[in-house]
Amino acid sequence: MSVSEENAEREPVAYQVSAFLERRREQIAQRWADAALFRTVFTVSRDEAVEAGRAVAAALAAVAASGRLDDIRASGFEAVRDQLGRMAASRARTGTDPDGVANEVAALREPATELLRAEFAEPDAPEAHEAVLALTVLMGTLRLVVMETTVSAGEELIARQREQLHEVATPVIKLWESTVAVPLIGTLDSARSQVVMESLLDAIVAERARYAILDITGVPTVDSLVAQHLMKTVAAARLMGAECIVSGIRPAIAQTIVHLGIDLGTVLTRSSLADALAYALSQQGVEIAPLRAVGAAADAGTR
Amino acid sequence: MMQASRHAGPASLPIGSDADLAWVRQQVRQAAAELGFGLVQQTKLVTAASELARNTLVHGGGGHVQITPLDAGSSRGLRLAFVDTGPGIRDLDQALTDGYTSGGGLGLGLSGAKRLVQEFEVDSRPGEGTTVTVTAWATVVPPSRTVP
Repeated sequence: MSVSEENAEREPVAYQVSAFLERRREQIAQRWADAALFRTVFTVSRDEAVEAGRAVAAALAAVAASGRLDDIRASGFEAVRDQLGRMAASRARTGTDPDGVANEVAALREPATELLRAEFAEPDAPEAHEAVLALTVLMGTLRLVVMETTVSAGEELIARQREQLHEVATPVIKLWESTVAVPLIGTLDSARSQVVMESLLDAIVAERARYAILDITGVPTVDSLVAQHLMKTVAAARLMGAECIVSGIRPAIAQTIVHLGIDLGTVLTRSSLADALAYALSQQGVEIAPLRAVGAAADAGTR
Repeated sequence: MMQASRHAGPASLPIGSDADLAWVRQQVRQAAAELGFGLVQQTKLVTAASELARNTLVHGGGGHVQITPLDAGSSRGLRLAFVDTGPGIRDLDQALTDGYTSGGGLGLGLSGAKRLVQEFEVDSRPGEGTTVTVTAWATVVPPSRTVP
């Protein structure tokens, strides 16, 4: 019933605002170029700032023309979404927090509404108020759009960094002939342990390794899931013909594992990476002795 | 020291993803360290928190944990309440049995966590949710012994 009436009433205002944004685009862009947001992002030339302002004003005009003043998904924003995202990211890089960016976007409203008010012969007339209100709503939506691009940019960055961390934090090191080691650092969740297992099994093939050391010195918490991941990795390495040694079990972790009731009896463990390496070497018939002792033995031989 | 404990009030953390689990572990470790827990006690409590938070996530479909520092005169403790509104635990005795699992794990989460803390309480209603409350004390008060 009232929906169509409401639209019938509201649309002319939105169109009015759209027409105003089109007509006064140049003036608005000129004023915005002096506002903090544009001035600080486009430091090299003012023309660039004006150009960006024109694009934003045109996008707002398109949104207003579609009548969806409060819709952040309005197609009119698509043309400038990337640009707004770059501007917000640029402000973030210089250390402006999201609140600061939001305030800078909010500051764009005043110059525009001022120009709009000047369009009316009677600035206090109801239709003038209505138009200013519509533009205020539209500028509020612009602010939300900018904030959204900021948030999604942050989420993307976090997801990308998490991926990088998975890759970076699991190097497989060749310690000796046919002996490889993985120093595990941080939380060993399912995704991490999958990466660890894959890179370890690959290394076992590539290095023709017979001994694989999993060092958990850098793993702060060993709960039942982490233990299960470790046991699975050990079992998979065993299937590949390599003996797996878990090293770096600190006293606190050892006590916790016992209380938790995890049976690591099938897994070969050593308290330190050095012990694990010594074990792997001795199994291969390699002995490490101090040089002096060898020298002394040689001396004794010549005498 | 006194001021730090006065500032540390109860805190509620959401449990909705693997990243939240890591955050819960970090916060519990920090809270325990501030209350003067030793390294072994810290590790035990954090491990118990990790198990219970994962239960909340996997079996309860997510929820939150309430972290409350306790001060009982000579000793200080930390109470953790893991709350979910999931399907609840149908058979608590079975769930507390070593090796019993409904989620493909080792089946040591609930029973293991119970052994890692001093006080352990499960309140579960089928269809409504589960609250697991655990408490650990920084200094274990020895039980008063009567001289024979």
